[in-house]
Amino acid sequence: MEQATKDHAELAEIFNRDEERVDWHDETLWWIRQKRDKITHQLPEWESLRDMASQIKFNVLSNLSTYLQQFEKQALAHGIQVHWAADAKEHNEIVHRILTENQVKQMVKSKSMLTEECHLNEYLATHGIEVIDSDLGERIVQLAGEPPSHIVLPCIHKKKEEIGDLFHMYLGTPSNMADPQFLTETARGSLRETFLTRKVALTGVNFAIAETGEFVVCTNEGNADMGAHLADVHIASMGIEKLLPERKHLSVFLRLLTRSATGQPITTYSSHFSKPRPGQTMHLVLVDNGRSVQLGRKDFRNSLKCIRCGACMNTCPVYRRSGGHSYHTAVAGPIGSILAPNLDMKKYADLPFASTLCGSCSNVCPVKIDIHDQLYKWRQVLMKEGYGPAGKKLAMQAMAFTLSSPTLYHGAGKMGRLTLKYMPFAVNNKLNPWYKQRDMPEPPKQSFGEWYAENRKKK
Amino acid sequence: MKVGLFIPCYVDQFYPGAAIATLQLLEKLGVDVVYPANQTCCGQPMANSGFEHLTGGCNELFIKNFSDFDYIVAPSGSCVLHVREHLYDNKQPEKAQETAHKVWELTSFLTDVLKVESLPSKFPHRVGMHQSCHGQRGLHLSSMTELVAPDFSKPGSLLKMVEGIDLIELDRKDECCGFGGTFCVTEEAVSAKMGKDRVADHLHHDAEYITGVDMSCLMHMEGILRRQGSKVKVIHIAEILNSEL
Ligand code: SF4
Repeated sequence: MEQATKDHAELAEIFNRDEERVDWHDETLWWIRQKRDKITHQLPEWESLRDMASQIKFNVLSNLSTYLQQFEKQALAHGIQVHWAADAKEHNEIVHRILTENQVKQMVKSKSMLTEECHLNEYLATHGIEVIDSDLGERIVQLAGEPPSHIVLPCIHKKKEEIGDLFHMYLGTPSNMADPQFLTETARGSLRETFLTRKVALTGVNFAIAETGEFVVCTNEGNADMGAHLADVHIASMGIEKLLPERKHLSVFLRLLTRSATGQPITTYSSHFSKPRPGQTMHLVLVDNGRSVQLGRKDFRNSLKCIRCGACMNTCPVYRRSGGHSYHTAVAGPIGSILAPNLDMKKYADLPFASTLCGSCSNVCPVKIDIHDQLYKWRQVLMKEGYGPAGKKLAMQAMAFTLSSPTLYHGAGKMGRLTLKYMPFAVNNKLNPWYKQRDMPEPPKQSFGEWYAENRKKK
Repeated sequence: MKVGLFIPCYVDQFYPGAAIATLQLLEKLGVDVVYPANQTCCGQPMANSGFEHLTGGCNELFIKNFSDFDYIVAPSGSCVLHVREHLYDNKQPEKAQETAHKVWELTSFLTDVLKVESLPSKFPHRVGMHQSCHGQRGLHLSSMTELVAPDFSKPGSLLKMVEGIDLIELDRKDECCGFGGTFCVTEEAVSAKMGKDRVADHLHHDAEYITGVDMSCLMHMEGILRRQGSKVKVIHIAEILNSEL
């Protein structure tokens, strides 16, 4: 599972030992990014949609408490039981309590990154409750005993042959069977059994509407609906930032979400849940888990606009070549690298550095989060608060000192051309990682400064 | 018009050719250029590593060297972006702001300020253009594949003025090369892989040269090309625009 002891660079290095696999991972995600480009270019109003979405979310974040109260009132009026969870622990306990009250030992769950964030499956397992993930990709990583590596495409890091092996082991398919059609059918068959026999179903929430008290769940497989409609009890877990003020705002987000995520015009199933059907109980758990702290951080507040489309991961040249697990947090990639340090600065101090700050993430983001600027800002916060390696600070101080003085700089430059000691790209000169796969630039005889003094000053 | 030439530290030390070409090109276009001798670095390596709070000395020096010019021009998108966005000085905040706004990346200075429409340059080679991220996405030097917006390229339009040049198309028009400042050593594995992939795209389309507005990206790719024993060379865009071969 999570390897908290290794940082992103180390985990990425391990991932990169199999270069062919890196190429395959990169190309798979690049293909999705290209699909996204094509379909967004079909909408001349794309950029204004992004603007609008960003502004709607800005309104939500600025008036979050009002909208939350409005939402709760509406939901209660429709017979939904509303619960509030301050953190992951409370969320898990609430879900556990509902399961205990219903005397259930097994639950079917559709995709919810929030439950990943809260480590719900592990928590329930320690209490003897089995969770079956019904999203195909999630089911696959669940069988493999791994967390999802991508928020929209949980098993994008697995090749079909590996999935065939897993199904052979756990679902009794013939060995060496890697036909996607066959594997999907098998998974469907086994899940159908689950849907028909589980009394409690948990779903995530993509959008919740303050005006009406309803919530919307988007899936491509219809598995959320299957679970929720067949179960006696429907639990929905949502982060408090998922709200939209009015129903009409949904149209903006439904157009943006799947175009950004997979390059489809719209999600296959966008299901509205507004009240329990007769005989059913419906619970809604509203989870904070650090969100109000992030809301209070001016520079990082915008990250709560995220609608979890995954576009920033697909486009990120680092994510594509390091894999989701290298981020050692539930939400990987550029957005995860902003959200994670909010939860634990020490544990995730490496993540804002897992980026070249190329800016592609901010450009694809359908709600216009200034992702790469926030990564830059996190770097400043983390180093100022002392979460950096000790040697780095000394190196930076030495460099800042040298570069603040022309005399020192010119002296060091001459030396530097020989030793590369003070050059920016070699500053963390342990055993000079630059040289592992790259040659050094050839040092010229003269710096430009020296050339200029000789050739221009005399004129 | 008085123009201050800002040459980033690593260009000064390792790629004087790019700096000389920048100077000569500006002079050729009739610009009054001066290189203040006491300049060092814009402070970006510290800032991107999370130590912006240590860049005070660099900033002060930058303002001292450059605040009197009408324009400040540099052959580097990345350093220009850093100065534009992060130059500050608590003792003289307005002067810092003013100076930051005078900084221009070379190709956009040529297209937007000088409004260059033709160049006396010749470069009869197959050339791949690397879109450096900070110049492209940060300074908007060219359109970006992620956005739904009209196509344009400031460096591209200048390269098209060069006689004999054969500009190649890449499979991935604006993918990052993976240099990323200290990223290239702290995340060595991913950085090198990104560089290899970027170089491969150029090689795949038979480039003889790889050019761009940022010497740092070119230095990264050069390191990889050399390690692979490739004959393909990197060349700063100023050297092509200044070339009369
Ligand atoms: S940050 Fe933006 S691009 Fe990334 S997952 Fe969230 S909404 Fe999508």
